[in-house]
Amino acid sequence: MSQTAATAEPAYTTARERPPSSIVGPWAWLRANLFSTWLSTAITLLLGYLILRFLVGFIGWAILNAIWSVPYNAQGVPDTATCINAKGTGACWAVIANKYRLILFGRYPFDEQWRPAICVVLFLALYVVSAIRWFWRPVLALIWVATLAAIGVLMWGGMLGLSFVPEDEWGGLPITLILATFGLAFAFPLAVLVALGRRSTKLPAVRMLCVLYVELIRGVPLISLLFMASVMFPLFMPEGVNVDKLLRAQVAIILFAAAYLAEVVRGGLQALPKGQSEAADALGLTYWQKTAFIILPQALRLVIPPLVNTFIGFFKDTSLVLIVGMFDLLMMGKVALSDPPWQSFSTEVYLTLAVVYSAFCFAMSKYSRGLERELGRAHRR
Amino acid sequence: MSSTAADPRLVGARVAPRHRIRLSWSDPLFRAVVWQVVIVGLVALLAWYLIGNTNRNLTARHIATGFAFLGRVAGIPIGESLIPYDPAVDTFGRALVIGILNTLQVSVIGIVLATILGTLIGIGRLSGNWLLARLTAFYVETLRDIPLLLQLLFWYTLLHNLPQPRQALRIGDAVFLSNRGVKLPLLEWQSAHSWAVLALLVGAIGTFLWNRHARHRQEATGVRPRIWPMALGLLIVLPLAVWAALGAPLNWEMPALHGFNFQGGGTISPEFFALLLGLVIYTAAYIAEIVRSGIQSVSLGQWEAGRALGLRRGPILRRIVLPQALRVIIPPLTSQYLNLTKNSSLAVAIGYQDVVSIANTTLNQTGQAVEGIAYIMAVYLTISLSISAFMNWYNRHVALVER
Repeated sequence: MSQTAATAEPAYTTARERPPSSIVGPWAWLRANLFSTWLSTAITLLLGYLILRFLVGFIGWAILNAIWSVPYNAQGVPDTATCINAKGTGACWAVIANKYRLILFGRYPFDEQWRPAICVVLFLALYVVSAIRWFWRPVLALIWVATLAAIGVLMWGGMLGLSFVPEDEWGGLPITLILATFGLAFAFPLAVLVALGRRSTKLPAVRMLCVLYVELIRGVPLISLLFMASVMFPLFMPEGVNVDKLLRAQVAIILFAAAYLAEVVRGGLQALPKGQSEAADALGLTYWQKTAFIILPQALRLVIPPLVNTFIGFFKDTSLVLIVGMFDLLMMGKVALSDPPWQSFSTEVYLTLAVVYSAFCFAMSKYSRGLERELGRAHRR
Repeated sequence: MSSTAADPRLVGARVAPRHRIRLSWSDPLFRAVVWQVVIVGLVALLAWYLIGNTNRNLTARHIATGFAFLGRVAGIPIGESLIPYDPAVDTFGRALVIGILNTLQVSVIGIVLATILGTLIGIGRLSGNWLLARLTAFYVETLRDIPLLLQLLFWYTLLHNLPQPRQALRIGDAVFLSNRGVKLPLLEWQSAHSWAVLALLVGAIGTFLWNRHARHRQEATGVRPRIWPMALGLLIVLPLAVWAALGAPLNWEMPALHGFNFQGGGTISPEFFALLLGLVIYTAAYIAEIVRSGIQSVSLGQWEAGRALGLRRGPILRRIVLPQALRVIIPPLTSQYLNLTKNSSLAVAIGYQDVVSIANTTLNQTGQAVEGIAYIMAVYLTISLSISAFMNWYNRHVALVER
């Protein structure tokens, strides 16, 4: 790169010398970044040795010596003898090959699993559309409502010629995405209201309620709310009313997420200069006009990066529903591992699940960081 | 009101008449009162409705509310506890206390270890060594993106798939790693050890006093007396001398294989070990980011100013950079400590008996759902509020004193 630039220089700067190799070039880079002092050299050598050893071992285990498929007998029971022999030296990816449909879609009727598959694609499309800045306008809300409705129709069925599938047969990745996305869609408006209430000066009673709600929820772990949803919620309902398990967990997640999101939104409201609100008052706008057209558009834009980080946290936290016995992605991994032939291959399954989860989280955090840079640039100008 | 009257600039100024509420929708004060009454009323109505339903359901199921069940014999087997417990005679109350102790035990140890590991990794990310910086960055990025519960299950199954005690992995003849957990030699505690610990305490106080004396001498004369010889003597030589004078007893209770399991020695159960490992490794990734951003928030000029004053790297870090970095680090660190404590409730998924796990068993056995949930929430709220109160106090202590 630097060489082509040097040759492209006009001829009259002939006497231009290349910098000495002790300052530029790969050798100098190595000296500056890996072998600058005795301590640095020692660290480099030690870490280099450890990383190489680990990599060689891991590649050998995960790829070279791995078992990709095993024979099945007439009843469809796998013969895992090769896997058991290779244990310790080679991974048994056959467990994934055998169980991936179960892990991804749970107990959803096997022939109908194209429906949750389409739902996953719809979810992904929804995320991508929401990430594009051109869509940050009211039409986005419409897109969300439409997509979520379509997902509901696809998952439940019972119309348009689709057979009905009750919620207890749902499982795997769609459950995780439903809990995260619906949780977000409902928690976010609630969070905005709570944040506004907590900032309100004219309504002290409402402010107290909001403070109480936020601090109470943030002081307890999500599990306690999920337990509450699973054991106390039935007590709350009048006799004869039975609320589905998925919906109960969803309510717990919404209430939990809203408290955390409210604090993020409050940060944005506080960061906004007071002049904005005063200017709106001077124009004679009502409270809701002022909030909807002046305050929120600016305040929410300020807190998009921390909002995305909170979303990442929720996405990971949806895995907690397995403790109250729901079949999300992580739980389906556990279910797959409870099959006797595959019991001892937990590492392979958990690694695969980790890759799925971290793919989602990594994409979100990458996006958040890019956004932060972009918004920061607009701010510095 | 009185301050405006006392302000000399406002003497003689017209004061706005006190706003009196009018019963009209165009009056903001009236509107505010109406809205508050409506909203609080709705919330109260909802609460009343839910409580009413709960009461009706509880009577229909013949569950007596109240905490009388705490006095009943629990009959819950508890694997590990800090206080003696016998499921045949001890009560639910005692079992729930054990739950609190177990939660505190794993949280406190986890917070200490996560802080140490997180600080090391955070400093590693700022290292001039490219390999170390990249490796620690990879650690942070990867572990933050994997749900904690998944990590806990991973460690737990890994520890459970370790060999049987007979084929345990061993370090010498002292430490054994098997599917029953980690077995360690245990020191037979004798009075000489207690005296040595007492001597260590005395030594610590002495070192503190000597340090203060040195500071006073430095302020008076400009020369700082050496501290480390005195500290060495007080903190290491003194306890060792006390211990040696009492006959230097040192008997280790070694774990030994008898039949299918180990006898003697101390045990770290696989549940506790997996939970601790997961919590520390996960939280350390977050703490590392906090430490890194804290150190980076101190401008380079502070280092250069310190060097211009002729200070060495160590004192600059200790006296100039760290105090400023701590101000940035403490508030988010507090919330990570709170997160770790709250996350320890995931113990229920791998069978470590913490607050949530024991409360869950209790409410399944007694049907006291409301009390069980209330107990869990009360415990965590108390812990959360105490940690944040302490950290707020500490934060004020290190905060910038502005004019």
